[in-house]
Amino acid sequence: MTTATEVSTKLAAPVPRGGIAQSVRDSLVVARRNLIRMMRIPEVVVFGLVQPIMFVVLFSYVFGGAIGVPGSSGPADSEVYREFLMAGIFAQTVTFATAGAGAGIADDMHKGLIDRFRSLPMSRGAVLTGRTLADLAQSALTLVVLALVALLIGWRAHNGVVDMLAGFGLLLLLGYAFSWIGALIGLTVRTPEAATSGGLIWLFPLTFVSIAFVPSSSMPTVLQHIAEWNPFSATVQATRELFGNLPAGYPVPDAWPMQHPVLASAIWSVLIIMFFRTLAVRKYRSATA
Amino acid sequence: MPGAIYAEGLVKTFGKVRALDGVDLDVPEGTVLGLLGPNGAGKTTAVRVLTTLLRPDSGRAVVAGLDVLHKPNEVRRSIGLSGQFAAVDEYLTGRENLQMVGQLYQMSARAAKARAGELLERFNLAEAADRPSKTYSGGMRRRLDLAAALVVSPPVMFMDEPTTGLDPRNRQQLWEVIQELVAGGTTLLLTTQYLEEADHLAHDIAVIDHGRVIARGTSDELKAQTGGERVEVVVHDRQQLTPATEILNRFGRGETTVEQHTRKITVPVAGGAKLLAEVIRDLDAQGVEIDDIGLRRPTLDDVFISLTGHAAEAGPGENGNNGNGGPDAAKEMEAAL
Repeated sequence: MTTATEVSTKLAAPVPRGGIAQSVRDSLVVARRNLIRMMRIPEVVVFGLVQPIMFVVLFSYVFGGAIGVPGSSGPADSEVYREFLMAGIFAQTVTFATAGAGAGIADDMHKGLIDRFRSLPMSRGAVLTGRTLADLAQSALTLVVLALVALLIGWRAHNGVVDMLAGFGLLLLLGYAFSWIGALIGLTVRTPEAATSGGLIWLFPLTFVSIAFVPSSSMPTVLQHIAEWNPFSATVQATRELFGNLPAGYPVPDAWPMQHPVLASAIWSVLIIMFFRTLAVRKYRSATA
Repeated sequence: MPGAIYAEGLVKTFGKVRALDGVDLDVPEGTVLGLLGPNGAGKTTAVRVLTTLLRPDSGRAVVAGLDVLHKPNEVRRSIGLSGQFAAVDEYLTGRENLQMVGQLYQMSARAAKARAGELLERFNLAEAADRPSKTYSGGMRRRLDLAAALVVSPPVMFMDEPTTGLDPRNRQQLWEVIQELVAGGTTLLLTTQYLEEADHLAHDIAVIDHGRVIARGTSDELKAQTGGERVEVVVHDRQQLTPATEILNRFGRGETTVEQHTRKITVPVAGGAKLLAEVIRDLDAQGVEIDDIGLRRPTLDDVFISLTGHAAEAGPGENGNNGNGGPDAAKEMEAAL
């Protein structure tokens, strides 16, 4: 058998520091790589902005007049709806980043980069964490631009800077949580194309069967329950409260997440991260292209 | 003591297919093993097991003195992998790619940067170093990929079909780089479906088919195993086949075959050029007029066909892809499935 000294001379790479420090460093190295990519493919970021802006315009000016927000009344209705709508658009925008994470990781698998990473003495979760962190940065940038557009059409956060930042914080946390679902999808499907469509399809029912665009009171009972317990709704409701975007007489549904939306939103996001991160990292460890 | 790469009874099944069906390998330190086999033979699966990417169903593997199954992370510190297609980020520059890999090998940012510079020089990529690798040619991308595998000068290297899809000039260049590397003492396991490549680069060759090593030895040993050398004579006149055959029988070490219509006699021999001279003298003395005579050695192609019952390569035309061909890997996986 080989002795210990022989072994140590055969190790070419430096001794990893191991643990969390290495994990963080490796994740940042990968995040940096993904950010460089994003800067070199600005189209992706730009298209990521076009869709939410289009939704703002469509919902505000096309559907807005037809959708009533309970608690409001009179001719100011469509302005009330615009404020009501924005939290939904913000939340939908960050969740759509999911598809990006999935497609990116599927592409890395397809091109053999995941094999390369897996053959390196790096932290096991770093490739996925790095990717999701880069997507978080992109979501933050998108939110800033979208908020500026929202300001132009009359949206305001009425409860001060702290609540406003808390609202955006919850939105980003939700986006981060969803990007782990995207990572898992990306590792599971075989091609980037499948990851893009597979990453988007389930987002439509998730974001529409919610309180994001219409109040749950307008839905059939079954959908109403689903919408009120939907993690996505919790974040939307929390954001609306923090931004002060609910009309004074708005009847908040009785469901627990709707009554405690900030807490519910945080719990949902943390649970999603814990669950899907575990699954995704496990999948990564045995990933085969 | 086991070699720098050692495997014993590796088995890996995908569904019903046994991609590896009890593979044993032993590569002494500082030597090159050519793992030779057709598409779907199990070459890539073997490399994936040895580089910690895939867990075998059973068997044992030791790389650089470390158990692959029990100490995968330590193994990763001692190996470099250049996979079947260039695994580089096309939106990153050559320099950024190498720096990233260096940092992920746990080098400091500064050390990784210095090392990237060195490798770019050595692999003749200095001029293109700060361009996204998307703009590189297939050969350049391959070199960058190989450089990435060498960032920490690992003692053990794995290359999975390193020259598939390259034109002859780039292949030649890459061969030179590989030879230099091996001269420096690196142990290398190289898979290839090009017999010429195994002949050229490898000290030992293991022929793999349907997940089993069906023959191993040096290139010369394998050729000898297939039948060694033989003398082929084409006589001018069909009438002379009989006297010529009688003469050749005296030198033969096995059965003489006679092809009437081509007037060709083939006989296995031992004794090389000296014997050939004697054959010519005797034929001449008997007045046998000959159109052609030669001493033929089997090529690795002959070896391969005689071992596997089928030809090795589909030909560069079919396999030659654009050099970053994901589809090729997929092909081998599918073939393995």
